[in-house]
Amino acid sequence: MSAAAPPPLEIRGLTVAYGERPVLWDVTWAAPQGLTAIVGPNGAGKSTLIKAALGLIPALSGEARFFGRPLDEARMRVGYLPQRASVDWDFPATALDVVCMARYPRMNWWGRVPRRERDAAAAALAEVGLSDLAGRQIGRLSGGQQQRVFLARALAQDADLYLMDEPFAAVDAATEQAIVAVLRRIAASGRNVVAVHHDLSTVPDYFAHVLLLNGRAVAAGPVAEAFTPTNIAAAYGGRLNLLEHASVAPA
Amino acid sequence: MSAVDFLRLDLPALLAAVLACGTAGLLGAFLVLRRESLLGDALSHAVLPGIIVGFALTGARAGLPMLIGALAAAMAATLLITLVRRAARIESGAATGAVFTTFFALGLVLMEVTGARSVDLDLDCVLFGQLETLVWLDATGWGSLLDPAALAGLPRQLHLLAGVAVAVGLLVTLLWRPLQILCFDPDYAAALGYPARRLELALNMAVAAAAVAAFEAVGSILVVAMLVCPAAALRLLTDDYRLQVLGSAAAGAAIGVAGYLLAGPLPAALGGTVALNAAGVIGTLGGVAVACAALLRALRRGTPRDAVAAPGA
Repeated sequence: MSAAAPPPLEIRGLTVAYGERPVLWDVTWAAPQGLTAIVGPNGAGKSTLIKAALGLIPALSGEARFFGRPLDEARMRVGYLPQRASVDWDFPATALDVVCMARYPRMNWWGRVPRRERDAAAAALAEVGLSDLAGRQIGRLSGGQQQRVFLARALAQDADLYLMDEPFAAVDAATEQAIVAVLRRIAASGRNVVAVHHDLSTVPDYFAHVLLLNGRAVAAGPVAEAFTPTNIAAAYGGRLNLLEHASVAPA
Repeated sequence: MSAVDFLRLDLPALLAAVLACGTAGLLGAFLVLRRESLLGDALSHAVLPGIIVGFALTGARAGLPMLIGALAAAMAATLLITLVRRAARIESGAATGAVFTTFFALGLVLMEVTGARSVDLDLDCVLFGQLETLVWLDATGWGSLLDPAALAGLPRQLHLLAGVAVAVGLLVTLLWRPLQILCFDPDYAAALGYPARRLELALNMAVAAAAVAAFEAVGSILVVAMLVCPAAALRLLTDDYRLQVLGSAAAGAAIGVAGYLLAGPLPAALGGTVALNAAGVIGTLGGVAVACAALLRALRRGTPRDAVAAPGA
């Protein structure tokens, strides 16, 4: 990539409030190429940042640009992985049905799912190791498998930037490893991920860049430079014994 | 019973029951999947001011002006619910409750102010409908079914019901995929670029239209029952989206027919002297259907099925 290429995601002056309470305050930040984690304490506005960038919740001010363009012009290049808890997993659908949804913008609004799109969805399921469970109702999958279905759905969007909201939340070790492998493949193919992440101990292992968020952008940059005890303490307000936590190697 | 009697006395009511209950069942599938079952109840109340205004402006209890008024009211109520939810940061159920009671109260006030009350909105009819009063006097035999002049003589409620049923059927067909994503994961639908808000609005307007069209024939209680019961029953029986949606419509229509037949014609044929209110029987059957579905599901649970796989399989 040339230095002049616009960043995958650029946030300018983003302010979001829930009622009277501001959640994000004048956040200006650009996600670089590669894998980036957004970390911060509960209520820091991590998910809000992603949702506001995608226009899912209204912003009081500010804008988000994707690859230098407004969202409407770059939508096909942006994949989204929402929090697993945000949907009803009793919904009548199989794992493959859910992944197919990613391809809906490429189809008619009605009629059968074309074979080409179904194959693309099946390939995405294979990438997360769920081929065997393609026909299973999503409510009968384990939590980790559900998370991988969501990951497969994001992958099936065939995007250049994936916005992921807590992809590692409450998953088993096997799923965590499967997700990490997918993230690395995405990065190796020159594509990008911005993920809300809650486990500070794995940030250096899984991600190249980090944004420390607590209502405002506290610090951002390569993990080696920005993910320092001082910055972490600044973002978390010294509420946890994070300095020790952050240096723990992942299991 | 002769064919002419059937065509004149039973067919209009049967058709009205099938169209009203089938349409409500179809739309109810989406409400149940969105976990907004009571929105049907809310919308069927919220349309009242629109109906009254449509009635007051035209001075007649004609279908179309009242339908247009109802749609306007439903749209206003939907937008207001969204607005209240955002501005006050309360959950959607509370916002819905606040808005629909306000609209219904406004409708009652308008009813008094415009004098609509004195004309013809009788409470029994509103609640239970008047399915049995639908007759087709122009029918002279089976040939009437193909005779445009005779068909024009069908009760106007049937014309409205048929029009709304066709419109709702088209809407659901054309928006099949967007509606599916909207029901499962509205945020994801919006992230993919689907106009999620406008889809929600379209769905709510369709529910309002179905409620208004069915209202006179089968009554508001039955509309609410048919928006919830068939879809809830199917929800207990199937894990297939297509079957859930189409099955809800079919179950609604079937319950409509069964309820009408059980209420009058069947007891009469068996020599009984008591006829029941058809809408009441249909509503009761809706509840029975849900109970049967729950029972069936419980029985099926007893048989072995593939267990949840171990994590990380």
